[in-house]
Amino acid sequence: MSAYNFAYLDEQTKRMIRRAILKGLAIPGYQVPFASREMPMPYGWGTGGVQVSAAVLIPDDTFKVIDQGSDDTTNAVSIRTFFERTAGVETTTVTRDASVIQTRHRIPEERLHEGQILVYQVPIPEPLRFLEPRESETRKMHGLEEYGLMHVKLYEDISRHGHIATSYAYPVKVEGRYVMDPSPIPKFDNPKLGDMAAIQLFGAGREQRIYALPPYTQVVSLDFEDHPFEATKADHACSLCGSEDSYQDEVIIDDAGRRMFVCSDADYCKARQAAGHHGKDAA
Amino acid sequence: MYVAVKGGERAIENAHAWLAEERRGDTEIAELSVAQIREQLSLAVHRVSAEGSLFDPDLAALAIKQARGDLIEAIFLIRAYRTTLPRFGFSKPVDTGVMTCDRRISASFKDLPGGQVLGPTFDYSHRLLDFKLAAEGEVPEAPSQEAEAGDVPHVTDFLNREGLIEEPPHGDTPPPDLTREPLEMPADRALRLQALTRADEGFALGLAYSTQRGYARNHAFVGELRIGSVPVEMEIPELGFAIEIGEVVLTECETVNQFKGSKAEPPQFTRGYGLVFGQSERKAISMALVDRALRWEELGEDNIGAPAQDAEFVLYHADNIQATGFLEHIKLPHYVDFQSELELVRKLRREAGTDQVQEAAE
Repeated sequence: MSAYNFAYLDEQTKRMIRRAILKGLAIPGYQVPFASREMPMPYGWGTGGVQVSAAVLIPDDTFKVIDQGSDDTTNAVSIRTFFERTAGVETTTVTRDASVIQTRHRIPEERLHEGQILVYQVPIPEPLRFLEPRESETRKMHGLEEYGLMHVKLYEDISRHGHIATSYAYPVKVEGRYVMDPSPIPKFDNPKLGDMAAIQLFGAGREQRIYALPPYTQVVSLDFEDHPFEATKADHACSLCGSEDSYQDEVIIDDAGRRMFVCSDADYCKARQAAGHHGKDAA
Repeated sequence: MYVAVKGGERAIENAHAWLAEERRGDTEIAELSVAQIREQLSLAVHRVSAEGSLFDPDLAALAIKQARGDLIEAIFLIRAYRTTLPRFGFSKPVDTGVMTCDRRISASFKDLPGGQVLGPTFDYSHRLLDFKLAAEGEVPEAPSQEAEAGDVPHVTDFLNREGLIEEPPHGDTPPPDLTREPLEMPADRALRLQALTRADEGFALGLAYSTQRGYARNHAFVGELRIGSVPVEMEIPELGFAIEIGEVVLTECETVNQFKGSKAEPPQFTRGYGLVFGQSERKAISMALVDRALRWEELGEDNIGAPAQDAEFVLYHADNIQATGFLEHIKLPHYVDFQSELELVRKLRREAGTDQVQEAAE
């Protein structure tokens, strides 16, 4: 792969992306437009995250990629292989050992530490998009801090269903200013967004937006006093490691539709099993 | 006993190997060469060049071969290659007035200087399957004659001399570059045209067709359609003057559209413009109609809420690489989010069920 620059992108492009990242870090939660490039994987496969990772990676980094919490899902494997080939960086599946973690749809269970960077792949960066399809309008709404529409939507959920009917990509407010889409993580993960020691970078390739949360940023999930935000998950323990605090995937195991629950965070589950924890179905 | 899903890496490798085998097809049948695709599927090559925004027929042919004939996949390959190329500078604007035309027609004048040149067109062929082609016979040579010397003038220039059509826009402002700056609204006409020329042909066609059927109708005449090659010139700083660095094949369509006017302003025809790499007249005409529809505001027309008038709608959805990527990504795993929805729906149903029982009891 010597025909390509380190981490695929040329240095001018990286510089452009780094400027967008710095601007994003300076204005937490604000969506910075950037001139997203065509990448050798399709839009929707994480081109935003890949460009952000390419711009922040240095040769000494150790890189981890998860999709749905797991290092072994096909797209996570594909992106990890891409950077192994184009950047030659070390890769790992161990959350704590990684300096840069690219993720789709999850935040690792283990608390991240200072010096780490968590890169999110974002499909639709605009939290107001499904309330107002026009970008020219939503940018104005952010500028004027006009978030009434979002509260009305949440209120209508409550009056219709008795609950806020958003279970993932649950909107948050950053430092009391910008309403931000946390990417389609389950709302179970929302509390981890705030006060995080690691840098959080969000890349939306097709929509040409980057936004960021510097370490220890205040991030509040939108709610009402009488309907406080609730981080929910399946009410089961992991069948393999017995964890009751981690996010669980439901797996159908036979034709009769019997199911079991296992940790979505594969590294977390493996580490617990190695430490001697067992669930009811552990071998 | 459930074991967490593993082995994604091997699965991907095997899928790639199978794909390569399928691409080649039956090895008893001779393999297609890139040159064969370039020469015999040239309209596909042109479409890939246009929407891939890179005029290189050999690379486009290679992309078509690699993509098993899936043109959007081929366009994607070209785009992903194009984006890695260093940018040395900019050419001078090409002059379609000096085009060596293979085809040049006007629908608004019966005859005109430069003549009506039909060129290699499907327009008057009967769409009957030619079973002789299945027998792979050679075609007889087409008759030829010397082209008329001199430049071919633009039809709209004749109208302009009389003041019957609006002036073409002039300006020295460098156009924005869609590939180097994020698309932001409002988009000026140069940016809109740039997005339209690489837009999906089918999407542009559908939008243009909708204007003809009344969704922002603008009464377009094809003032002129020309296809041919034009020289590309570039200023070389060390030389201090422009030199020709190559040729590209272009299709240009200029439409003459409904006029506007008032007591103060005499009526005048207006313009729509399409310019596309390669021989792509369906695309060029579509582009001109959509361009004209998008100009409603500057021309003081009503916005009737038609899709083709809505620059944000058109520009954000015209790129087939963005569209196909995002559309197809929903086949990637989403089970974490689905789990979250599953829990929510179960919870809401549980509560709804309880309520019903309570109501019945009361």
